[in-house]
Amino acid sequence: MSANVQELVEPGLGRGLADVGRSRFLLKLLVRKELKIRYRGSVLGLLWSYVKPGVQFIVFYIALGVFLGLERSPRNPEGLTNYAVYLFSGIVLINFFTEALGNAARSIVHNGNLIKKIYLPRELFPVASVWVSAVHFFPQLVVLVTACLFTGWKPDLLQLLSAVGGFAIVALLAAGLGLLFGAANVYFRDSENLVDMLLMVATWASPVMYAWSMVEAKLGAAAFAVYQANPITVGVELFHYAFWYPTTDGSAPMPPDLLGLWFPVGLVVSVLVLALGQFTFRRLEGRFAQEL
Amino acid sequence: MVNAIEVTDISKQFVLRHTRSIKEAVVWLAKGRKGDLTKKFHALRNVSLHVQTGETVALLGLNGSGKSTLLKHISGVMLPDSGSVRTRGRVAGLIEVGAGFHPDLSGRDNVYLNGAILGMTEQEVNDRFESIVEFAEIGEFIDTEVKFYSSGMYLRLAFSVAVHTDPEVFLIDEILAVGDEPFQRKCIEKIKELAERGKTLVVVSHDLDLVSRICARGVLLEHGNVLFDGPINEAVSRLRN
Repeated sequence: MSANVQELVEPGLGRGLADVGRSRFLLKLLVRKELKIRYRGSVLGLLWSYVKPGVQFIVFYIALGVFLGLERSPRNPEGLTNYAVYLFSGIVLINFFTEALGNAARSIVHNGNLIKKIYLPRELFPVASVWVSAVHFFPQLVVLVTACLFTGWKPDLLQLLSAVGGFAIVALLAAGLGLLFGAANVYFRDSENLVDMLLMVATWASPVMYAWSMVEAKLGAAAFAVYQANPITVGVELFHYAFWYPTTDGSAPMPPDLLGLWFPVGLVVSVLVLALGQFTFRRLEGRFAQEL
Repeated sequence: MVNAIEVTDISKQFVLRHTRSIKEAVVWLAKGRKGDLTKKFHALRNVSLHVQTGETVALLGLNGSGKSTLLKHISGVMLPDSGSVRTRGRVAGLIEVGAGFHPDLSGRDNVYLNGAILGMTEQEVNDRFESIVEFAEIGEFIDTEVKFYSSGMYLRLAFSVAVHTDPEVFLIDEILAVGDEPFQRKCIEKIKELAERGKTLVVVSHDLDLVSRICARGVLLEHGNVLFDGPINEAVSRLRN
Protein backbone atom coordinates (compact mmCIF):
# COMPACT_ATOMS: atom_id res chain seq x y z
CA MET A 1 0.00 0.00 0.00
CA SER A 2 1.08 3.55 -0.57
CA ALA A 3 2.24 5.53 2.41
CA ASN A 4 -0.64 7.97 2.28
CA VAL A 5 -3.40 5.54 3.04
CA GLN A 6 -6.66 7.45 3.02
CA GLU A 7 -8.80 7.60 6.10
CA LEU A 8 -12.03 5.71 6.50
CA VAL A 9 -14.90 8.11 5.97
CA GLU A 10 -18.65 7.81 6.16
CA PRO A 11 -20.09 8.01 2.66
CA GLY A 12 -23.15 10.09 1.91
CA LEU A 13 -22.53 12.86 4.40
CA GLY A 14 -22.05 16.02 2.40
CA ARG A 15 -20.91 19.39 3.60
CA GLY A 16 -23.86 21.18 2.06
CA LEU A 17 -23.27 24.15 -0.18
CA ALA A 18 -19.52 23.91 0.42
CA ASP A 19 -19.60 20.76 -1.72
CA VAL A 20 -21.00 22.75 -4.61
CA GLY A 21 -17.84 24.84 -4.60
CA ARG A 22 -15.74 21.67 -4.79
CA SER A 23 -17.80 20.28 -7.65
CA ARG A 24 -17.47 23.30 -9.91
CA PHE A 25 -16.68 21.13 -12.92
CA LEU A 26 -19.86 19.11 -12.50
CA LEU A 27 -21.87 22.28 -11.83
CA LYS A 28 -20.54 23.78 -15.04
CA LEU A 29 -21.52 20.67 -17.02
CA LEU A 30 -24.99 20.52 -15.49
CA VAL A 31 -25.58 24.16 -16.38
CA ARG A 32 -24.27 23.59 -19.90
CA LYS A 33 -26.55 20.58 -20.29
CA GLU A 34 -29.63 22.57 -19.30
CA LEU A 35 -28.70 25.36 -21.68
CA LYS A 36 -28.17 22.92 -24.54
CA ILE A 37 -31.42 21.05 -24.12
CA ARG A 38 -33.61 24.07 -23.38
CA TYR A 39 -34.19 25.04 -26.98
CA ARG A 40 -33.32 21.75 -28.67
CA GLY A 41 -35.09 21.24 -31.94
CA SER A 42 -36.34 24.82 -32.15
CA VAL A 43 -35.54 27.11 -35.07
CA LEU A 44 -35.16 30.34 -33.09
CA GLY A 45 -33.10 28.70 -30.33
CA LEU A 46 -31.71 31.11 -27.77
CA LEU A 47 -33.58 33.94 -29.52
CA TRP A 48 -36.63 32.76 -27.58
CA SER A 49 -34.97 34.12 -24.47
CA TYR A 50 -35.30 37.57 -26.06
CA VAL A 51 -38.67 37.14 -27.74
CA LYS A 52 -40.66 35.89 -24.74
CA PRO A 53 -39.84 38.70 -22.29
CA GLY A 54 -40.13 41.22 -25.10
CA VAL A 55 -43.70 40.18 -25.89
CA GLN A 56 -44.59 39.99 -22.21
CA PHE A 57 -43.31 43.52 -21.84
CA ILE A 58 -45.32 44.85 -24.80
CA VAL A 59 -48.53 43.27 -23.51
CA PHE A 60 -48.12 44.69 -20.01
CA TYR A 61 -47.06 48.04 -21.35
CA ILE A 62 -50.11 48.41 -23.58
CA ALA A 63 -52.58 47.02 -21.07
CA LEU A 64 -51.27 48.79 -17.98
CA GLY A 65 -49.45 51.80 -19.39
CA VAL A 66 -51.82 52.80 -22.18
CA PHE A 67 -55.23 51.38 -21.26
CA LEU A 68 -54.99 51.78 -17.49
CA GLY A 69 -53.10 55.03 -17.90
CA LEU A 70 -50.07 54.57 -15.67
CA GLU A 71 -47.71 56.28 -18.15
CA ARG A 72 -47.27 59.99 -17.56
CA SER A 73 -48.93 62.08 -20.28
CA PRO A 74 -50.60 65.52 -20.53
CA ARG A 75 -53.89 63.86 -19.66
CA ASN A 76 -52.35 61.88 -16.80
CA PRO A 77 -49.82 64.02 -14.91
CA GLU A 78 -49.91 61.61 -11.97
CA GLY A 79 -48.40 58.78 -14.04
CA LEU A 80 -44.79 57.61 -14.07
CA THR A 81 -42.35 58.95 -16.64
CA ASN A 82 -40.84 56.26 -18.83
CA TYR A 83 -43.29 53.73 -17.48
CA ALA A 84 -42.04 51.24 -20.07
CA VAL A 85 -38.55 51.22 -18.59
CA TYR A 86 -39.95 51.24 -15.05
CA LEU A 87 -42.04 48.20 -15.83
CA PHE A 88 -39.38 46.29 -17.70
CA SER A 89 -36.64 46.75 -15.12
CA GLY A 90 -38.92 45.09 -12.57
CA ILE A 91 -40.17 42.40 -14.91
CA VAL A 92 -36.73 41.09 -15.83
CA LEU A 93 -35.88 40.58 -12.18
CA ILE A 94 -39.20 38.87 -11.46
CA ASN A 95 -38.72 36.67 -14.53
CA PHE A 96 -35.36 35.62 -13.21
CA PHE A 97 -36.80 34.84 -9.79
CA THR A 98 -39.77 32.94 -11.21
CA GLU A 99 -37.67 30.77 -13.46
CA ALA A 100 -34.96 30.16 -10.86
CA LEU A 101 -37.30 29.18 -8.04
CA GLY A 102 -39.74 27.27 -10.25
CA ASN A 103 -36.97 25.10 -11.68
CA ALA A 104 -35.03 24.74 -8.45
CA ALA A 105 -38.13 23.52 -6.63
CA ARG A 106 -38.58 20.79 -9.24
CA SER A 107 -34.91 19.98 -9.69
CA ILE A 108 -34.59 17.23 -7.08
CA VAL A 109 -37.64 15.25 -8.21
CA HIS A 110 -36.66 15.90 -11.81
CA ASN A 111 -33.20 14.38 -11.27
CA GLY A 112 -34.59 11.61 -9.08
CA ASN A 113 -33.19 8.87 -11.30
CA LEU A 114 -29.68 10.04 -10.71
CA ILE A 115 -30.09 10.83 -7.02
CA LYS A 116 -31.46 7.34 -6.39
CA LYS A 117 -28.45 5.66 -7.91
CA ILE A 118 -25.32 7.70 -7.52
CA TYR A 119 -24.15 9.79 -4.62
CA LEU A 120 -23.29 13.35 -5.51
CA PRO A 121 -23.82 16.65 -3.69
CA ARG A 122 -27.53 17.10 -4.26
CA GLU A 123 -27.37 20.82 -3.61
CA LEU A 124 -25.89 21.01 -7.09
CA PHE A 125 -29.29 20.67 -8.72
CA PRO A 126 -31.08 23.68 -7.19
CA VAL A 127 -27.91 25.75 -7.51
CA ALA A 128 -27.56 24.77 -11.17
CA SER A 129 -31.20 25.81 -11.75
CA VAL A 130 -30.53 29.27 -10.35
CA TRP A 131 -27.36 29.49 -12.42
CA VAL A 132 -29.16 28.54 -15.63
CA SER A 133 -31.79 31.19 -14.92
CA ALA A 134 -29.04 33.75 -14.47
CA VAL A 135 -27.76 32.88 -17.93
CA HIS A 136 -31.25 33.35 -19.35
CA PHE A 137 -31.52 36.61 -17.45
CA PHE A 138 -28.64 38.04 -19.45
CA PRO A 139 -30.47 38.51 -22.80
CA GLN A 140 -33.26 40.29 -20.94
CA LEU A 141 -30.70 42.56 -19.35
CA VAL A 142 -29.37 43.37 -22.82
CA VAL A 143 -32.89 44.33 -23.96
CA LEU A 144 -33.36 46.42 -20.84
CA VAL A 145 -30.08 48.30 -21.20
CA THR A 146 -30.86 48.96 -24.86
CA ALA A 147 -34.21 50.45 -23.89
CA CYS A 148 -32.53 52.51 -21.17
CA LEU A 149 -29.95 53.91 -23.58
CA PHE A 150 -32.74 55.02 -25.91
CA THR A 151 -34.36 56.97 -23.10
CA GLY A 152 -31.20 58.79 -22.07
CA TRP A 153 -29.79 56.52 -19.37
CA LYS A 154 -26.83 58.02 -17.50
CA PRO A 155 -26.18 55.96 -14.37
CA ASP A 156 -23.50 56.68 -11.83
CA LEU A 157 -21.35 53.99 -10.22
CA LEU A 158 -23.58 53.69 -7.16
CA GLN A 159 -26.60 53.04 -9.35
CA LEU A 160 -24.78 50.34 -11.29
CA LEU A 161 -23.67 48.73 -8.05
CA SER A 162 -27.21 48.72 -6.74
CA ALA A 163 -28.23 46.65 -9.79
CA VAL A 164 -25.61 44.09 -8.80
CA GLY A 165 -26.86 44.22 -5.21
CA GLY A 166 -30.47 43.76 -6.24
CA PHE A 167 -29.59 40.79 -8.39
CA ALA A 168 -27.55 39.21 -5.59
CA ILE A 169 -30.41 39.55 -3.10
CA VAL A 170 -32.88 37.88 -5.44
CA ALA A 171 -30.44 35.14 -6.49
CA LEU A 172 -29.71 34.23 -2.86
CA LEU A 173 -33.42 34.20 -2.05
CA ALA A 174 -34.18 31.97 -5.04
CA ALA A 175 -31.41 29.55 -4.06
CA GLY A 176 -32.61 29.42 -0.45
CA LEU A 177 -36.27 28.87 -1.30
CA GLY A 178 -35.22 26.48 -4.06
CA LEU A 179 -33.36 24.27 -1.57
CA LEU A 180 -36.30 24.41 0.83
CA PHE A 181 -39.06 23.63 -1.63
CA GLY A 182 -36.90 21.30 -3.72
CA ALA A 183 -36.31 19.09 -0.69
CA ALA A 184 -39.94 19.34 0.48
CA ASN A 185 -41.12 18.38 -2.99
CA VAL A 186 -39.57 14.92 -2.59
CA TYR A 187 -41.97 14.21 0.28
CA PHE A 188 -44.99 16.19 -0.83
CA ARG A 189 -45.52 17.01 -4.46
CA ASP A 190 -47.82 19.79 -3.28
CA SER A 191 -44.66 21.77 -2.84
CA GLU A 192 -44.34 22.69 -6.50
CA ASN A 193 -47.92 23.94 -6.64
CA LEU A 194 -47.28 26.01 -3.56
CA VAL A 195 -44.29 27.49 -5.35
CA ASP A 196 -46.37 28.35 -8.42
CA MET A 197 -48.80 30.18 -6.17
CA LEU A 198 -46.02 31.98 -4.33
CA LEU A 199 -44.54 33.14 -7.61
CA MET A 200 -47.86 34.57 -8.73
CA VAL A 201 -48.12 36.49 -5.47
CA ALA A 202 -44.48 37.61 -5.69
CA THR A 203 -45.16 39.40 -8.98
CA TRP A 204 -47.84 41.55 -7.37
CA ALA A 205 -46.32 41.90 -3.89
CA SER A 206 -43.51 44.06 -5.26
CA PRO A 207 -43.70 47.42 -7.03
CA VAL A 208 -43.28 45.97 -10.50
CA MET A 209 -46.49 47.20 -12.12
CA TYR A 210 -47.23 50.10 -9.78
CA ALA A 211 -45.20 52.65 -7.80
CA TRP A 212 -44.08 52.05 -4.23
CA SER A 213 -45.58 55.40 -3.19
CA MET A 214 -49.09 54.07 -3.88
CA VAL A 215 -48.45 51.31 -1.33
CA GLU A 216 -47.14 53.68 1.29
CA ALA A 217 -50.20 55.92 0.87
CA LYS A 218 -52.61 53.03 1.46
CA LEU A 219 -50.75 50.98 4.05
CA GLY A 220 -49.27 53.44 6.54
CA ALA A 221 -45.76 53.32 7.97
CA ALA A 222 -45.80 50.06 9.94
CA ALA A 223 -47.33 47.85 7.26
CA PHE A 224 -45.15 49.55 4.65
CA ALA A 225 -42.07 48.51 6.61
CA VAL A 226 -43.23 44.89 6.36
CA TYR A 227 -43.80 45.38 2.65
CA GLN A 228 -40.29 46.75 2.31
CA ALA A 229 -38.70 43.86 4.21
CA ASN A 230 -39.54 41.54 1.30
CA PRO A 231 -36.19 40.96 -0.45
CA ILE A 232 -37.87 40.91 -3.86
CA THR A 233 -39.32 44.37 -3.22
CA VAL A 234 -35.86 45.64 -2.31
CA GLY A 235 -34.38 43.96 -5.40
CA VAL A 236 -36.98 45.51 -7.68
CA GLU A 237 -36.51 48.97 -6.14
CA LEU A 238 -32.75 48.67 -6.53
CA PHE A 239 -33.29 47.82 -10.19
CA HIS A 240 -35.55 50.87 -10.55
CA TYR A 241 -32.84 52.96 -8.96
CA ALA A 242 -30.23 51.53 -11.34
CA PHE A 243 -32.13 51.48 -14.64
CA TRP A 244 -35.24 53.63 -14.50
CA TYR A 245 -34.27 56.49 -12.18
CA PRO A 246 -31.26 57.63 -14.29
CA THR A 247 -33.58 57.98 -17.32
CA THR A 248 -35.90 60.43 -15.54
CA ASP A 249 -35.33 64.02 -14.52
CA GLY A 250 -34.74 62.84 -10.96
CA SER A 251 -37.90 64.36 -9.56
CA ALA A 252 -39.51 60.98 -8.84
CA PRO A 253 -38.96 60.01 -5.22
CA MET A 254 -37.12 56.78 -4.43
CA PRO A 255 -38.14 54.83 -1.32
CA PRO A 256 -36.52 56.43 1.76
CA ASP A 257 -33.38 54.74 3.13
CA LEU A 258 -33.25 52.33 0.18
CA LEU A 259 -29.48 51.92 0.17
CA GLY A 260 -28.76 52.67 3.81
CA LEU A 261 -31.43 50.51 5.44
CA TRP A 262 -33.45 48.35 3.07
CA PHE A 263 -30.58 47.00 1.02
CA PRO A 264 -28.89 45.47 4.11
CA VAL A 265 -32.27 44.27 5.38
CA GLY A 266 -33.03 42.54 2.08
CA LEU A 267 -29.59 40.96 2.00
CA VAL A 268 -29.89 39.70 5.58
CA VAL A 269 -33.36 38.26 4.95
CA SER A 270 -32.10 36.49 1.82
CA VAL A 271 -29.08 35.05 3.63
CA LEU A 272 -31.31 33.85 6.48
CA VAL A 273 -33.63 32.17 3.98
CA LEU A 274 -30.62 30.54 2.35
CA ALA A 275 -29.43 29.27 5.75
CA LEU A 276 -32.91 27.92 6.50
CA GLY A 277 -33.10 26.29 3.07
CA GLN A 278 -29.70 24.68 3.52
CA PHE A 279 -30.61 23.46 7.01
CA THR A 280 -33.90 21.93 5.88
CA PHE A 281 -32.28 20.40 2.82
CA ARG A 282 -29.64 18.68 4.89
CA ARG A 283 -32.22 17.37 7.33
CA LEU A 284 -34.25 15.87 4.51
CA GLU A 285 -31.65 14.73 1.98
CA GLY A 286 -30.65 11.56 3.84
CA ARG A 287 -33.93 9.97 2.79
CA PHE A 288 -34.13 11.30 -0.76
CA ALA A 289 -33.02 8.01 -2.33
CA GLN A 290 -35.80 5.98 -0.74
CA GLU A 291 -38.56 8.55 -1.09
CA LEU A 292 -38.11 9.42 -4.73
CA MET B 1 -4.16 -5.38 5.06
CA VAL B 2 -6.50 -2.52 5.79
CA ASN B 3 -10.24 -2.47 5.40
CA ALA B 4 -11.63 -0.67 2.39
CA ILE B 5 -15.21 -1.00 3.56
CA GLU B 6 -16.46 -1.32 7.11
CA VAL B 7 -20.17 -1.87 7.45
CA THR B 8 -20.96 -2.28 11.11
CA ASP B 9 -24.31 -3.53 12.34
CA ILE B 10 -26.51 -1.47 10.02
CA SER B 11 -30.26 -1.69 9.85
CA LYS B 12 -32.55 -0.03 7.38
CA GLN B 13 -36.31 0.20 7.49
CA PHE B 14 -38.25 1.32 4.48
CA VAL B 15 -41.44 3.21 4.86
CA LEU B 16 -44.00 2.40 2.25
CA ARG B 17 -45.86 5.63 2.12
CA HIS B 18 -49.34 5.18 0.83
CA THR B 19 -49.97 8.81 0.21
CA ARG B 20 -48.03 11.66 -1.19
CA SER B 21 -50.23 14.66 -0.57
CA ILE B 22 -50.55 17.01 2.36
CA LYS B 23 -54.34 16.67 2.27
CA GLU B 24 -54.31 13.00 3.22
CA ALA B 25 -51.65 13.58 5.87
CA VAL B 26 -53.79 16.30 7.45
CA VAL B 27 -56.90 14.11 7.37
CA TRP B 28 -54.90 11.35 9.03
CA LEU B 29 -53.72 13.72 11.77
CA ALA B 30 -57.23 15.07 12.27
CA LYS B 31 -58.54 11.54 12.78
CA GLY B 32 -56.15 11.15 15.69
CA ARG B 33 -53.51 9.24 13.74
CA LYS B 34 -55.74 6.22 13.43
CA GLY B 35 -54.90 3.54 10.97
CA ASP B 36 -51.51 3.31 9.39
CA LEU B 37 -50.60 6.00 6.98
CA THR B 38 -47.42 4.09 6.36
CA LYS B 39 -46.20 0.54 6.37
CA LYS B 40 -42.67 -0.46 7.23
CA PHE B 41 -40.42 -3.33 6.43
CA HIS B 42 -36.81 -4.17 7.16
CA ALA B 43 -34.60 -4.04 4.10
CA LEU B 44 -31.45 -4.68 6.15
CA ARG B 45 -31.26 -6.09 9.66
CA ASN B 46 -28.04 -5.84 11.69
CA VAL B 47 -25.79 -6.36 8.72
CA SER B 48 -22.04 -6.22 9.19
CA LEU B 49 -19.51 -6.57 6.42
CA HIS B 50 -15.81 -5.81 6.47
CA VAL B 51 -14.03 -5.87 3.16
CA GLN B 52 -10.26 -5.62 2.89
CA THR B 53 -8.54 -3.59 0.25
CA GLY B 54 -8.16 -5.69 -2.89
CA GLU B 55 -10.85 -8.20 -2.00
CA THR B 56 -13.48 -9.24 -4.51
CA VAL B 57 -16.85 -9.80 -2.91
CA ALA B 58 -20.12 -10.94 -4.44
CA LEU B 59 -23.41 -10.11 -2.76
CA LEU B 60 -25.77 -12.95 -3.47
CA GLY B 61 -29.41 -13.54 -2.75
CA LEU B 62 -32.83 -13.71 -4.29
CA ASN B 63 -34.73 -10.65 -5.41
CA GLY B 64 -35.60 -8.40 -2.49
CA SER B 65 -32.94 -9.82 -0.20
CA GLY B 66 -31.29 -6.43 0.31
CA LYS B 67 -28.26 -6.71 -1.97
CA SER B 68 -28.81 -3.49 -3.86
CA THR B 69 -29.82 -1.67 -0.69
CA LEU B 70 -26.53 -2.69 0.92
CA LEU B 71 -24.67 -1.47 -2.14
CA LYS B 72 -26.48 1.87 -1.94
CA HIS B 73 -25.38 2.24 1.67
CA ILE B 74 -21.77 1.64 0.69
CA SER B 75 -21.98 4.24 -2.08
CA GLY B 76 -23.60 6.78 0.26
CA VAL B 77 -26.83 7.10 -1.69
CA MET B 78 -28.67 5.85 1.40
CA LEU B 79 -27.88 6.38 5.05
CA PRO B 80 -28.51 3.63 7.61
CA ASP B 81 -31.10 3.99 10.38
CA SER B 82 -28.61 2.56 12.84
CA GLY B 83 -25.05 1.29 12.65
CA SER B 84 -22.30 2.82 10.61
CA VAL B 85 -20.77 2.60 7.16
CA ARG B 86 -17.24 3.72 6.45
CA THR B 87 -15.21 3.50 3.28
CA ARG B 88 -11.65 4.30 2.33
CA GLY B 89 -10.70 6.13 -0.86
CA ARG B 90 -12.89 6.95 -3.78
CA VAL B 91 -15.93 4.74 -4.21
CA ALA B 92 -17.58 4.62 -7.60
CA GLY B 93 -20.48 2.60 -8.74
CA LEU B 94 -21.13 0.90 -12.00
CA ILE B 95 -24.69 1.08 -10.75
CA GLU B 96 -27.27 1.19 -13.49
CA VAL B 97 -25.00 2.09 -16.31
CA GLY B 98 -26.15 5.21 -18.08
CA ALA B 99 -28.09 6.72 -15.19
CA GLY B 100 -26.47 10.07 -15.83
CA PHE B 101 -26.86 10.06 -19.60
CA HIS B 102 -29.03 12.57 -21.38
CA PRO B 103 -30.45 11.44 -24.74
CA ASP B 104 -30.33 14.90 -26.31
CA LEU B 105 -26.63 15.42 -25.72
CA SER B 106 -23.88 14.09 -27.95
CA GLY B 107 -21.75 11.15 -26.91
CA ARG B 108 -18.91 13.52 -26.17
CA ASP B 109 -20.99 15.72 -23.87
CA ASN B 110 -22.33 12.65 -22.12
CA VAL B 111 -18.85 11.30 -21.48
CA TYR B 112 -17.92 14.55 -19.76
CA LEU B 113 -21.17 14.82 -17.84
CA ASN B 114 -21.19 11.21 -16.73
CA GLY B 115 -17.50 11.30 -15.84
CA ALA B 116 -18.08 14.33 -13.65
CA ILE B 117 -21.12 12.72 -12.03
CA LEU B 118 -18.98 9.69 -11.18
CA GLY B 119 -16.43 11.98 -9.56
CA MET B 120 -13.80 12.59 -12.22
CA THR B 121 -12.10 15.94 -12.57
CA GLU B 122 -11.92 17.86 -15.83
CA GLN B 123 -8.28 16.90 -16.24
CA GLU B 124 -9.04 13.21 -15.72
CA VAL B 125 -11.79 13.19 -18.32
CA ASN B 126 -9.59 15.03 -20.80
CA ASP B 127 -6.74 12.58 -20.29
CA ARG B 128 -8.88 9.45 -20.56
CA PHE B 129 -11.26 10.63 -23.26
CA GLU B 130 -9.49 8.82 -26.13
CA SER B 131 -9.28 5.64 -24.14
CA ILE B 132 -12.97 5.81 -23.19
CA VAL B 133 -14.08 6.20 -26.80
CA GLU B 134 -11.74 3.47 -27.96
CA PHE B 135 -12.90 0.99 -25.33
CA ALA B 136 -16.56 1.72 -26.15
CA GLU B 137 -15.89 1.17 -29.89
CA ILE B 138 -17.98 4.25 -30.68
CA GLY B 139 -15.55 5.84 -33.12
CA GLU B 140 -17.02 8.48 -35.42
CA PHE B 141 -20.41 8.48 -33.66
CA ILE B 142 -19.01 10.22 -30.61
CA ASP B 143 -20.45 13.57 -31.74
CA THR B 144 -23.89 12.13 -32.50
CA GLU B 145 -26.67 12.57 -29.99
CA VAL B 146 -26.98 9.41 -27.94
CA LYS B 147 -30.70 9.07 -28.63
CA PHE B 148 -29.67 7.88 -32.10
CA TYR B 149 -27.36 5.21 -30.65
CA SER B 150 -28.30 1.56 -30.72
CA SER B 151 -28.90 0.19 -27.24
CA GLY B 152 -25.61 -1.67 -27.44
CA MET B 153 -23.62 1.45 -28.29
CA TYR B 154 -25.33 3.33 -25.51
CA LEU B 155 -24.45 0.72 -22.90
CA ARG B 156 -20.90 0.34 -24.19
CA LEU B 157 -20.23 4.03 -23.86
CA ALA B 158 -21.77 4.19 -20.41
CA PHE B 159 -19.83 1.18 -19.20
CA SER B 160 -16.64 2.56 -20.66
CA VAL B 161 -16.99 5.85 -18.79
CA ALA B 162 -17.68 3.97 -15.58
CA VAL B 163 -14.64 1.69 -15.77
CA HIS B 164 -12.41 4.66 -16.55
CA THR B 165 -13.27 6.50 -13.33
CA ASP B 166 -10.51 4.50 -11.62
CA PRO B 167 -11.71 4.52 -8.01
CA GLU B 168 -10.30 2.46 -5.14
CA VAL B 169 -13.60 0.69 -4.54
CA PHE B 170 -15.83 -0.48 -7.37
CA LEU B 171 -19.48 -1.25 -6.81
CA ILE B 172 -21.05 -3.23 -9.62
CA ASP B 173 -24.78 -3.81 -9.73
CA GLU B 174 -26.21 -6.05 -12.42
CA ILE B 175 -24.45 -4.41 -15.28
CA LEU B 176 -22.59 -7.33 -16.67
CA ALA B 177 -25.40 -8.07 -19.08
CA VAL B 178 -24.00 -5.33 -21.26
CA GLY B 179 -23.94 -5.49 -25.02
CA ASP B 180 -23.21 -8.47 -27.19
CA GLU B 181 -21.06 -11.46 -26.32
CA PRO B 182 -17.67 -10.08 -27.46
CA PHE B 183 -18.22 -6.84 -25.58
CA GLN B 184 -19.41 -8.70 -22.50
CA ARG B 185 -16.20 -10.70 -22.54
CA LYS B 186 -14.25 -7.49 -22.85
CA CYS B 187 -16.08 -5.99 -19.85
CA ILE B 188 -15.38 -9.04 -17.74
CA GLU B 189 -11.72 -8.95 -18.76
CA LYS B 190 -11.60 -5.32 -17.73
CA ILE B 191 -13.19 -6.04 -14.37
CA LYS B 192 -10.75 -8.90 -13.75
CA GLU B 193 -7.89 -6.62 -14.67
CA LEU B 194 -9.11 -4.08 -12.11
CA ALA B 195 -9.22 -6.81 -9.47
CA GLU B 196 -5.68 -7.84 -10.33
CA ARG B 197 -4.54 -4.26 -9.94
CA GLY B 198 -5.66 -4.43 -6.32
CA LYS B 199 -8.98 -2.64 -6.60
CA THR B 200 -11.71 -3.63 -4.20
CA LEU B 201 -14.77 -5.02 -5.96
CA VAL B 202 -18.27 -5.52 -4.64
CA VAL B 203 -20.51 -7.19 -7.19
CA VAL B 204 -24.23 -7.84 -7.23
CA SER B 205 -25.37 -10.25 -9.89
CA HIS B 206 -27.74 -13.11 -10.46
CA ASP B 207 -25.31 -14.66 -12.90
CA LEU B 208 -23.79 -17.13 -10.44
CA ASP B 209 -21.28 -18.64 -12.86
CA LEU B 210 -19.99 -15.23 -13.71
CA VAL B 211 -19.55 -14.02 -10.14
CA SER B 212 -17.78 -17.21 -9.17
CA ARG B 213 -15.23 -16.47 -11.87
CA ILE B 214 -14.68 -12.86 -10.76
CA CYS B 215 -15.06 -12.95 -7.00
CA ALA B 216 -13.28 -14.87 -4.27
CA ARG B 217 -15.73 -14.25 -1.46
CA GLY B 218 -19.49 -14.53 -1.38
CA VAL B 219 -21.97 -12.98 1.00
CA LEU B 220 -25.42 -14.53 1.00
CA LEU B 221 -28.33 -12.33 2.03
CA GLU B 222 -31.92 -13.26 2.75
CA HIS B 223 -34.63 -10.82 3.84
CA GLY B 224 -32.03 -8.33 4.96
CA ASN B 225 -29.99 -10.80 7.03
CA VAL B 226 -26.56 -12.18 6.30
CA LEU B 227 -26.95 -15.96 6.01
CA PHE B 228 -23.46 -16.87 4.97
CA ASP B 229 -20.14 -15.14 4.45
CA GLY B 230 -17.25 -17.16 3.04
CA PRO B 231 -15.65 -18.61 -0.08
CA ILE B 232 -17.62 -17.92 -3.24
CA ASN B 233 -18.17 -21.54 -4.23
CA GLU B 234 -19.76 -22.39 -0.94
CA ALA B 235 -22.00 -19.32 -1.07
CA VAL B 236 -23.13 -20.15 -4.59
CA SER B 237 -23.91 -23.75 -3.76
CA ARG B 238 -25.89 -22.71 -0.68
CA LEU B 239 -27.91 -20.29 -2.76
CA ARG B 240 -28.57 -22.98 -5.38
CA ASN B 241 -29.98 -25.31 -2.80
